[in-house]
Amino acid sequence: MTTKKMAIIATKGTLDMAYPPFILASTAAALGYEVQIFFTFYGLQLLRKDLSNVMISPLANPAMPMPVPMPVMVQMLPGMESMATMMMKQKLKKHGVATLEELRDLCLEAEVKFIACQMTVDLFEFDKSEFIDNIEYGGAATFMGFAGETDICLFV
Amino acid sequence: MNFDKELNARGMSCPLPIVKTKKALADMTSGQVLKVISTDAGSLKDMAAFAEQTGNPLLATAEENGEYVFYMKKK
Repeated sequence: MTTKKMAIIATKGTLDMAYPPFILASTAAALGYEVQIFFTFYGLQLLRKDLSNVMISPLANPAMPMPVPMPVMVQMLPGMESMATMMMKQKLKKHGVATLEELRDLCLEAEVKFIACQMTVDLFEFDKSEFIDNIEYGGAATFMGFAGETDICLFV
Repeated sequence: MNFDKELNARGMSCPLPIVKTKKALADMTSGQVLKVISTDAGSLKDMAAFAEQTGNPLLATAEENGEYVFYMKKK
């Protein structure tokens, strides 16, 4: 039986949108898939050693369930983002959902390959020393080489 | 049912029960049985899907007191 493959493009750097790539990648790896994630644009934030700046904002996020209805004028006040992030993290913990760091480590342990988009690293002038080790740098063509052979290919 | 190893996945949510099951199986030898206890309702379908896709037979599934118990044989 040939090994199945999955490729994911991770383009978002918020707490809510950081979960799907890591959940799907770790699960696919557990099922025996060979997995690669291509991190580009804001998705690059998910490769930082320190993930504490990965946050969730209630602003422009009307589908986010809120404990109490909150007018947009209130959502935009300073500190609301930190508060929403803290509350979301508490909720995730309470429900036994792994932290992003845990899921990312599980992916690395399962040999999921992380590729950082070189162009966006340069564009945003990111310092590579702020990223975790064990990642590769490449462009769209690098990703396509693998993506073209996959059974599942997702854009998150 | 007899088992060789037990995995306590109580309180864990998707995808942890599956990922931890995979890790637990990695340390076992062919023919050994892993018992997994989960409180995640989603694991009912997910464990069956894991078994089917990885070829490790799911020998039995039971539900008691809000807990799900699985017996999986390593292929």
